[in-house]
Amino acid sequence: MHNITPYSSPHYFIYLLILLLPIIIGLWFGKRFKIYDFFATIVILITAFFGGNMSQGISLIAYVLFEMLVVFGYLSYRKKHNSFGIFSLFVFLAIVPLIFVKLDPLINNPTISLFAFMGISYLTFKSVEIVMEMRDGVIKEIKPFEFMRFLLFFPTITSGPIDRFRRFQKDVLNAPSREEYIELLRSGVNKLMQGLLYKFIIGYIFGTLLLPRVTVMAMASRGQAPLGLSWYVLAYMYVYSMYLFFDFAGYSLFAVAISNFMGVKTPMNFNAPFKSKNIKDFWNRWHMTLSFWFRDFIYMRLTFTIIKHKWIKNRVAIANVSYFALFLIMGIWHGETWYYIVYGIFHALAMITNDAWLRYKRKHRKQIPSNKFTEAFAIFLTFNIVCFSFLIFSGFLNTLWFS
Amino acid sequence: MDEIKTKLVDILKDVTGLDNVGTDPDADLFKDGTLDSMATVEVLVTLQDTFGITVPVSEFDRSQWSSVNKIAQRVQELE
Repeated sequence: MHNITPYSSPHYFIYLLILLLPIIIGLWFGKRFKIYDFFATIVILITAFFGGNMSQGISLIAYVLFEMLVVFGYLSYRKKHNSFGIFSLFVFLAIVPLIFVKLDPLINNPTISLFAFMGISYLTFKSVEIVMEMRDGVIKEIKPFEFMRFLLFFPTITSGPIDRFRRFQKDVLNAPSREEYIELLRSGVNKLMQGLLYKFIIGYIFGTLLLPRVTVMAMASRGQAPLGLSWYVLAYMYVYSMYLFFDFAGYSLFAVAISNFMGVKTPMNFNAPFKSKNIKDFWNRWHMTLSFWFRDFIYMRLTFTIIKHKWIKNRVAIANVSYFALFLIMGIWHGETWYYIVYGIFHALAMITNDAWLRYKRKHRKQIPSNKFTEAFAIFLTFNIVCFSFLIFSGFLNTLWFS
Repeated sequence: MDEIKTKLVDILKDVTGLDNVGTDPDADLFKDGTLDSMATVEVLVTLQDTFGITVPVSEFDRSQWSSVNKIAQRVQELE
């Protein structure tokens, strides 16, 4: 036995759909079977986390219990008091397990990755969201069972999309009407088919067939070009970018499709990101539930605090400082390697440049042409900047230069 | 309500630097790019100072705050 990563093979869907059948029949008749939902969750968790040596499963249980202590500890505190210091402490506590897991490769100490399991990041985003919204007073009540159901919602457990608690509750507290459910099933089937095409066909072509070849060619020609940057590195950049998109967008489509079958409208993660007209537009289309999480819980809160306390006066400076904070944190979250950090800084600089350009454009609206060709150029330029950032992100430059 | 709207349009003009904000009070300010996250926060802070209301960031649901009419409605409810 070994752990079965959700959606990793076409077979998985056959078993999954059999498991979902009672849920689908229930929803068809406007009913949610709480106990069966719970049973299905347990089955998926066991196959995903307890198939191997159980260490992931034990970590998951320890993690959930710990986060329960944090969230319900803060809830009982927040009912009486509201200090910024205590709030910060609880946010910190909520991310402590993730910090340990992320620091692990850096200090090479296997004992501290006690909490490591697939999907810890995504569960942490959800826990932090709840603590922050409790502080704001928009989440006033939450039952331990509701918290667990939200955290462990199995279609999205390993890699998102990251839903929001209040949105999720709206769906699970009611069963959709027959018409709504037929619409959800229809959109679920479409997304499932699109996901199969993306992940198992297009993603496979780029990731399994092409990527190893361009890798070998780029490595073989690294002596013949300055810094090893042969044309094959360019090929690698595009192939990797396509693989990254189709693989992850395919996975995300599965997660949304399976959610839909369960009567839950999990938000979409991608919206044609390679059609973006600028880098800001890109972040509104790429891994949207993550970028919106960072926007709402880091960027907006940070700018709000800076403006309210008048720490910085100049609004351009405020925006830029916050971009740096957001993208540095995003880089650090990806992992403690130079290329993830550089990836973060690169996107912060791209956003700052983009904002400066938009300000310039606003002032010189009449002199700057805007037509089909400028739009096509904008899309082309954004696409290449994004692909270049994925080349950094891929870590291939690290292999090329340092191995 | 009209007074709120007038003040609101002034705030939006100040923050965005655009003179034509508010010509269509139902226009979606996020979709047409009038408001980005930074401008949104500035509007929120200014609304708090002008109307003495508190709007925590997580109360701010983009679908409920997306046009001049909708924002004015929310401000009136919170005032």
